[in-house]
Amino acid sequence: MGFGLIGGSASRQPDLMHRLRLTEGAVIGGFVVGPRLHRGGMALIHAVTHPDHPGPLVMKVPALFEGEDPAAIVSFEMEQMILPRLHGPHAPRFIANGDFSAQPFIVMERIPAGSLLPRLAHLPMAAEELAPLGALVATALEAIHRQHVVHLDVKPSNILLRESGEAVLIDYGLSHHDQLPDLMEEEFRLPYGTAPYMAPEQVMGIRSEPRSDLFALGALLYFFATGTRPFGDPQKLSGLKRRIWRDPPPPRALNPDVPKALQETILRCLEVDPERRHPSAAQLAFDLRNPDQVVLTPRAEKLEADGWRATLRRRFNPEARPVFRRRLDEGAPPPAPILAVALDLAEAPDPLLDDALRVTLRGLLAIHAGARIACLHVLRQNRLAPDTSLNPEGQNKHVNRLVALRTWAAPLGLPEGRVTFHVLEAIDAAAALTEYAKANGIDHLVLGARPVSIKRRLLGSVSAEVAMLAPCTVTVVRPYAG
Amino acid sequence: MLIALMSDIHGNLEAFSACLADAEIVAPDARIVVLGDFVGYGADPNAVTRLAMTRAAISVRGNHDEAATGDLTGMTADAAAAIAWTRSTLAPDVREWLSKLPLEVEEEDRLYVHAEASRPTAWRYVMDADAARRSIEAAEARLTFTGHTHVPVLFGLTATEKITRFRPVTDVPVPMPRPRRWLAGVGSVGQPRDGSPAACYAIFDTERAELTFRRVAYDIATAAAKIRAAGLPDRLASRLSNGH
Repeated sequence: MGFGLIGGSASRQPDLMHRLRLTEGAVIGGFVVGPRLHRGGMALIHAVTHPDHPGPLVMKVPALFEGEDPAAIVSFEMEQMILPRLHGPHAPRFIANGDFSAQPFIVMERIPAGSLLPRLAHLPMAAEELAPLGALVATALEAIHRQHVVHLDVKPSNILLRESGEAVLIDYGLSHHDQLPDLMEEEFRLPYGTAPYMAPEQVMGIRSEPRSDLFALGALLYFFATGTRPFGDPQKLSGLKRRIWRDPPPPRALNPDVPKALQETILRCLEVDPERRHPSAAQLAFDLRNPDQVVLTPRAEKLEADGWRATLRRRFNPEARPVFRRRLDEGAPPPAPILAVALDLAEAPDPLLDDALRVTLRGLLAIHAGARIACLHVLRQNRLAPDTSLNPEGQNKHVNRLVALRTWAAPLGLPEGRVTFHVLEAIDAAAALTEYAKANGIDHLVLGARPVSIKRRLLGSVSAEVAMLAPCTVTVVRPYAG
Repeated sequence: MLIALMSDIHGNLEAFSACLADAEIVAPDARIVVLGDFVGYGADPNAVTRLAMTRAAISVRGNHDEAATGDLTGMTADAAAAIAWTRSTLAPDVREWLSKLPLEVEEEDRLYVHAEASRPTAWRYVMDADAARRSIEAAEARLTFTGHTHVPVLFGLTATEKITRFRPVTDVPVPMPRPRRWLAGVGSVGQPRDGSPAACYAIFDTERAELTFRRVAYDIATAAAKIRAAGLPDRLASRLSNGH
C-alpha cells in the first residue's frame, strides 16, 4: 500500500502477543513454511505447503513489527472476511484462515505469473497491447463487483495474469464488501488507498462505489499509455484532493501514438463524477475490446488539460464543485447490463417481428437505465469461399449490413454510446452469436424466432441452439400470432 | 456447534413453529436459545411458552414476560391491553415457568440477554452506537445476543474502540472475528418491525464465529385472525403483515 493516512489513534490494540516466528520449516496450522516471497508494508508473504492441499500455496501474515499501525490489523481482518467469499478465476483461491488468537494468517493459491509491476520498466505500452490488457483487468473487476466487492486498491502490483489468460486481483485488505461490516470505514477517518490510483470519491472517504475501481484502472491505463502518472504520487491529503479539480493533460498530449478511442476511454474512467464514468466494469471492458465502436466525444480530441478558468471554477465555485454522495440504500448499485440483439437481415423483412423485438428491448431499457445494446448481424459465409470481406463485394455487403443495423435501431432513439453495431462473419450463426456473447460479457441476448419450416424442424433453429449454448439469459421473441 | 437465536416471539405460534421447522432444516441439532418476550401481543401465549419449554436449551426473560407475570407498568396502550389479556389467559404452569426465567445467561464467550446489558431490568433498547457501546462495555462476554428492538442489527467494537453498525443481509454469514467484541440484535420471530413481515431469527456457528440471519415466511393470516378473535387491538393483527 503506497498511501496510509491514519485517522483514528490506536488507543487499544487487540492482544497481538506472543507470535510464532515465520521461519522456514516451521509448521503453522498444518502448513509448512517455505521461503519468504515478499515483505510489504502491511504483510509478509511466504510460500507454504500442506499435504492435503496440492499445488503451490502462499501464506500471508500481517506485518506487525513496526509502527503499530492499526490499519495493518484491520485490513488483514477485512481480507480474512472477504477472500473466502470470492470465487472464480479472478481472485486467488482461498485455502485457510488463521485466527488472531494464535497466529493470524491467510493461505491462498500461489499464482505463478508475476504482477504487472515489471511492465513499468517498459512504458509506454502500445495501444494494441494495452487495450486488451485493460479489458482483462476490467473483466476481473466486473467479476468481483458482481460478488459485492469493491477492490479499492487497483494498481499494477495487485494485478496478476494467470497462464490461462485471466487477470487476477489480489490483496483485499482495503476492499469493501456491501454485505459485510466495513471495519476500515469505521476505523479510519481518512482514506486508505494508493495515491496515484485513488478515485476522488475514495479520497473523500466513500468506500462503496464500484466505479472507484474504474477510476483506478483508468489511472493505470493512462500511466501505461504515456509512461506518466496522471496525478503524480502525492504524499499528503491536500495533494490527493487536487485531482478533484485539476485534470491531467490528455494522454495524446504526452504520447501522440495513443489512439483517440483509447484516450476517450481513459479520460472517461478518470471523470471526477462517478456518474460520468462507464456504468460498469463490463461496459469498460466492452469499449476496450471494441475501440472502433467507442463514440468519440470532445474528450477524444483534447490535447490540453482544462484551462485555469475551468480549474478555478471547479476549485472554488460551490456549484461547480462535484458532490460525492453515499448511496442512500445500502447494497449493490443498479445493474447496467450489456444487452445484445441479433437481427436476421438476410431473410425477408418481417415488420411484426421487428416491432416485437423493439418492444422487448424498450422494456429492458426501461428497467435498466445504464444498459447498452450491441446490435448484431451474422453475415453467413460460404463454406467454400469464406473470405468475402477481402473482396469489394464482400466489403460492400458488410457495410450495407451495418447501415441496415443502424436503420433498424433508429426507432429506439438511443443516444450514441449506448448502442453499437457489429457484423459478425461466420459459417455457423448460432456458434458466432454464442462466441460473441461469451467474449464480450453480454448479459442478455435477444433474438427473434422465425416461423417453423420443414428445414428448421430437421436442422433445428438458430434461436434454440443459442438459447441452449449461450452463457447468458436469452430471450426468443415471437410476434403475436393473432 | 450451531445455536439458533430466537427472540420476541410474542405469542405468535405460527411464526415460532415456522422458525423451529426452518432451523431443523438449515441447522439440524442446533441448540435453541430464546432471548425473551415469549408472550404479549399474540394470541397463543400458552402454546408458545410450552413449545419453548420443550425445545429451548436456554431461555431468558423479556419485559413482556415480566409484565404478564408481575406488575410492570409504562407500556404503550396496545401492549398494555395485550398484557392484561395475557395475564387472564396464562395457565398456572406457564406463569410459573415465565416468572422464574433468568434475566441473562452467560455461556462460554456469549451473553444472552433481552435488552441492553448494562442494566437489563431497565429494558433499554439497543438502537444506536451509544447504547451498543454501553452494553458491550458492561458485558464480560465477547459476544452479546439481544432482542427487544424487533430489528436485526449488528454492532462491533473495533480495535480502536469505535463502534461499527451493520444491517445484516439475510442468509449472508457475517463473521464476528476474535478479538473484536460484538452485539447482535437477532430481530423478532413473532412481530418483525424492520419492514419485512417474515419471521426473523439468527443462527450462530461457534466454530466459525459467524452469524447468519434467516427470514421465514409463515401463516400470517391465521396468526392475525387469532389476535382478532381474542378481542385484542386490531393494530396488533394488521401490523404483522406490514412488518413494522
